[in-house]
Order: sequence, then C-alpha cells, then structure tokens
Amino acid sequence: MSETLPADGLLGWSWLLIALPLAGAAVLLLGGRRTDRWGHLLGTATVAASFVLAVLCTIQLAGQDGRPADVDLFTFISTGELDVRAGLLFDPLSAIFALLITGVGSLIHVYSIGYMAHDPARRRFFAYLNLFVAAMLLLVLGNSFVALYVGWEGVGLASYLLIAFWYTRPAAATAAKKAFIMNRVGDVGLALAIFVMFAQLGTTSYAGVFGAVGTLAGGTITALGLLLLLGACGKSGQFPLQAWLPDAMEGPTPVSALIHAATMVTAGVYLIARSAPIYDLTETARTVVLAIGALTLLIGAIAGCAYDDIKKVLAYSTVSQIGYMFLAVGLGPAGYVAGLAHLLAHGFFKAGLFLGAGSVMHAMNDQVDMRRFGALAKKLPVTFVTFGLGYLALIGFPFLSGYFTKDAIIEAALDRDDVWGWVLGGVAVLGAGLTAFYMTRLMLMTFFGRARWEEGVHPHESPSVMTAPMVVLAIGSVGAGALLVSVFPLSGWLEPVFGEPEEAAHVVAPAIIGLVVTAVMLVGVLAAWLFVGRREVPVTAPVRVSPVTRAARNALYADAVNESLFMRPGQWLTRALVWVDNRGVDGAVNGLAAGLGGSSSRLGRAQTGFVRSYALGILGGAVLVAGALLAVTAG
Amino acid sequence: MTLSYYLVLAAILFTIGAVGVLVRRNAIVVFMCVELMLNAVNLTLITFARSTGTVDGQIIALFVMVVAAAEVVIGLAIIMSIYRTRRSASIDDANLLKY
Repeated sequence: MSETLPADGLLGWSWLLIALPLAGAAVLLLGGRRTDRWGHLLGTATVAASFVLAVLCTIQLAGQDGRPADVDLFTFISTGELDVRAGLLFDPLSAIFALLITGVGSLIHVYSIGYMAHDPARRRFFAYLNLFVAAMLLLVLGNSFVALYVGWEGVGLASYLLIAFWYTRPAAATAAKKAFIMNRVGDVGLALAIFVMFAQLGTTSYAGVFGAVGTLAGGTITALGLLLLLGACGKSGQFPLQAWLPDAMEGPTPVSALIHAATMVTAGVYLIARSAPIYDLTETARTVVLAIGALTLLIGAIAGCAYDDIKKVLAYSTVSQIGYMFLAVGLGPAGYVAGLAHLLAHGFFKAGLFLGAGSVMHAMNDQVDMRRFGALAKKLPVTFVTFGLGYLALIGFPFLSGYFTKDAIIEAALDRDDVWGWVLGGVAVLGAGLTAFYMTRLMLMTFFGRARWEEGVHPHESPSVMTAPMVVLAIGSVGAGALLVSVFPLSGWLEPVFGEPEEAAHVVAPAIIGLVVTAVMLVGVLAAWLFVGRREVPVTAPVRVSPVTRAARNALYADAVNESLFMRPGQWLTRALVWVDNRGVDGAVNGLAAGLGGSSSRLGRAQTGFVRSYALGILGGAVLVAGALLAVTAG
Repeated sequence: MTLSYYLVLAAILFTIGAVGVLVRRNAIVVFMCVELMLNAVNLTLITFARSTGTVDGQIIALFVMVVAAAEVVIGLAIIMSIYRTRRSASIDDANLLKY
C-alpha cells in the first residue's frame, strides 16, 4: 500500500459523507410525524449530497495520483495497551465503493419516493434507508477493522429493520430474524479475527495490521483469513450461510435492490479485497475462498432455475453472482480487480433488475408469482426495455457489462494454469449458462407469452419518478463493463491498493473465452426457450417433477440442512439445559427447602398444646439425666 | 437418727407432687403439686446440710423459697387471668399454643 497523505481540502471533510445520511436518519426518526410531509425529500437530499461530495472527493483523490488520504477523527477506545482511533481512509478502493453506495443509493431513494408513495410509514422507510447508507459508508471508509466492524453491525441492523419493515406480516418478521441470526454467525468470525489482531499485533488499523501481518506465524495468518472469510460469508450470503438472502426479499423491493443486491451483500467481497495483504500470505484461506465462491455460484444458479417468485429468482441470482466475485478475489492479485469490476457492474444491473421487478409488482398488485405474469412487454414498455437491458447485461450478452466483467473472472481463473484453474473456469462457464437459462425463463414468463393475470389486475406503467432511476441504471448496465475494463480501466485506478497489475500470460486467448462463454450463454437461452417459451406456462407449478427440480425448488435443501444440523440440535440442547435447570438445579434447592419444611412440620406435631404431656417429657428427661449421672458416677 | 427417714419422706413428697402435676387438670392443684416438689427438694437439701455440718444447702433452700414465692405471685396471677377469660381453670383447656 502506498504512503498515505494527511487529508486536506475536501478530503478532510469526507466524514460528512457519513454524517449527512446519519443526520437525515436522526431528523426523520426523532422528528416524528411532523416530518411526514417532507421526510422523503430530506432523506433523498442527504444521500444525493453525499454522492456529490463523494464525486468531488474522488476527483481530488485522482488529482493526487490515488495516494490514499487518512482522516484522523478522534479516540474511539483507549484503555491501557488498547488504543483505537476513529478515522477514515479515503483511497481508490473505498472511493469506488463510496460512489457505488451513494450513486445507486440516490437513485433508489428517488425510486422509493414513488414506490412507497402510498405507504403510511414512508418516513420511517427513508429514515432506515438513510441509516443504512451511513452505516455502509462507515463500513467502506473506516480506516481500521474496528470502524469496519461498527459499520458492519450498522448495516446488519438497518437490513434487519428494513426486511421487517412490514413487521405485521409474519413472513417478513421471520425473514428479518433469520437474516439477523445468520449474520450474527458470520459476525462472530469477524469479531474473533479482530480479537486475534488485538492479541497478536496490538492494533486494528489497516496500516498497522497490514504492515505487521508478515511477522505472524503461518497458522495465525490462515486463521485470520478463515475468520474474516466466515464474516464475509455471513454478510454476502455465501455457502454455508446463503439461506437468509432469498428470504430477505420479504422487505420492500427498493431495499432488495439497494441492500440485498447492490451494496450490503457485497461487503464480504470488500472485506476480502481490503484484507488482500492477509490473503496474499495464506494459500489455504484463499483456496477456501475459491471453493466457497465456486460452490455458491452453482448453488445460487441451480436454485434460481426453479423458483417462480420473481424476487427470489433475482435473489438467487445475486447469491450466484457474489459467488463469482468470491471466486475472483480468491484468485489473489490476478482476480481482485476482476472481482471488483464485476461487483460494480453487478451493482448497476442487479439494482436495475430489482427496481424493474418492483415496477412489475407495482403494476400487478404486488403479485410476485411469475406464473401469474406474462405478456407485460406491451403494457410496461419502459420497465420492459430497462429490465431487458439489465437482463442482457447479467447474462453476459456481448459488449454489455456482464460480458466484460464475467469474462475477466473466467480468464483470471484459467490463467492459474493448473487443473484447478480449469475446474474453476469450467464452473464459471457452466454458471454463465445456468444464469442465461434462469434469466431467460424469468423474462419469458414475465414479459412474453399469454397473459395469465389474476382477475381484476390492470397493469399500468409506473410513474416517472420510478422509471427515471431504472433508465439511469439501465444505461449503467450497458456501459459500466466497457467503461471499467477498456475505457477507464479499473486496474489502473486500483493500482495504489493492489499494486501494478502484472501482464498475465494468457493460457487461453481472451477472444476464444469470449466466444465459448457467449456460445454457452446462447445454449442457456435456447434451453429456456425450449422449456418455457415454446410451451404454455401453467398457472400453478407442476407437482409431478423430477427429483432434480424438487431439490432446486428447495434451494438444494439448505434450510433443511440448517434445521437438522444446527436448529434442531440447538433446540435439543436448550431443552436439555432447561430440563437440567428445572429438575437438577432447581430440584436440589427446592428439594432441600421442601425436606426441611416437611420434617419441621412433622416435628411440630409434638407440640400438642397439652401442658401435662410437656411435664411428662420434662420429668422423663430429668430421670434420664439423673440415671445417666448415677450410671457414670457409680461406674 | 438416720438420714434415710428424711430422704424417704422427701422422695415420697416429690413423687406425690410429680404424679399430681401429671395427672391433675385443675391448675391450682397442679400449682400446689409443684410447690410440694420444691419443698421436697428443700427438705433433701437441708437434710444433707445437717448431715455434713455445712450451711450451703440451707442457703440454697432459702433461695429456692424466695424464687418459689416470686413464682407463686406470677403463677397465680396467670391462673386468675386465664380463669377470668375462659371461665375454666383446667390446664387442658389452655392449649392454644401448639403447632
């Protein structure tokens, strides 16, 4: 990492990036009902202002050749040897994330003005969204793992609040709890990693940790890498913690677009990319990252093929695409830039796809079952075109975003030049085919074919406050990939963070890879047309299906595995502990008390109240004592 | 003269007193039986004091009399108040203080 500069000029004000949305959230939450009328405008304005500031800061950063700026703020924790300073690090990596978060965030805020227009709790929604943006910016801008952790928990909280936004619906409340608990599992890993840093290095700042990590034992570095990976898996919905993400679709659609597609779920990728100096030293942890990425990529893609809920298909697609990013960053220096480029492109097209799905649901009275859609292309022209562009970008149609960024990942995998390179590359190509299949299926079921609408549904195009963000995101989906790979190479921009990109000796020429991937993609599209487009889509899902379909419909039994491996044994354990507590601990205490009480009341029976019997007792006792005395003296 | 006459007399008096305490119900009679037992003990004390030629036993006997006198005052007062409230001097009726 190159030397840091003291923050001057605008960069010294970069804390405002976080403070603005945070203040917005505070005003909206504390202001109560009197902010109802203009709350959504304030919420949008704070995020838009943050975006402008982020752009200006990035321009200044570019002016100083990407040398990172360290903004020291105040002492956060200071006890004995433990000294944590709160500070921000504005470097090229955090800059692209800040731009993504505030940029896509602003668009989704605008969209939400229309989407949530009829919701009585719209102000609360914008307050939580602002809170999320503030926490997410703290996550990517913090200059230490502790600052990252604070933001990490902040986005977890905002995610929980927003999934459960319609908390009167049991499904939403349950999904929020599931997301929160599964995230905690991952967060334990991140917390432990920070503890290890404290114990072994005595510091948690990025500069301190990355400067000294080389002095640690190999085992410790691997442990650090695996613990950080656990945290990343929890937040990013990667195997084995992927089951919460599709359920999180119970939240309002703008939330799914912002939090569960574009930004928060990519925090795991950010964590691994940020911790590159740690992963560079541990081959083992990197291999695990690779395996998890490849596995999740396939799980998400397979599950995405079987669901009928439009948002769940997109959610599994997100799981799968983040699998691609994990695969990329797991490749080490060759893959960081490819993974982050895919992350940015994915932020555009997946947010656009979710907003499009929200627009469709808006038109169809909040119906999410694709079997009740069909023939919407004419009714929703703007949604159709923007969604279609996002779709083409996602499946990697030539010269749209996904084509450039996904191919870069596959290239990087093949460049490993060993058996595993071929396996990983093959998995990634297979995933591209599956992606094309499930996304084409989604398109065909939603926009083409015969109308299978429910009674009384009259689809109508969404208001322009909703379509405008979709148009902007669609333009981003089309252009982002080419922009990031060719015109304005991300590898050059990120050079101060990851070092000079070495010119890889390509095992397979990129052109050939592009052809192969495009061919596989076309096979996927064709298969979807054969299975879905050519036939009539039944209104209810067929019951008699192959075991493979059934497994995919159950997301490869992830919930069942979690329930039987963790939930049930956990419940048994708690029940056993409750039993031990009730019968064992309480039993001993209560038994002692009851025994004493019983025996004393039995002894109390001797107190009959008849004085003469007491007198007899006294006499008998006296005789006994006298007799004993006599026996002793005589004996 | 022999000690045993006095001691046997004291033992007979004590036994009469003890049996009276155990078998009679009238509080006054029980009370008198208690006095009888005390005096039987006094007689024993004085007998032994006389036989050993010391005054210790006589002093204790005087103490016993003083205490007995005080006890009579208290005891009779209690019996009087019980009789006034319950119209009975039977000690078996005064059995409220029990388990």
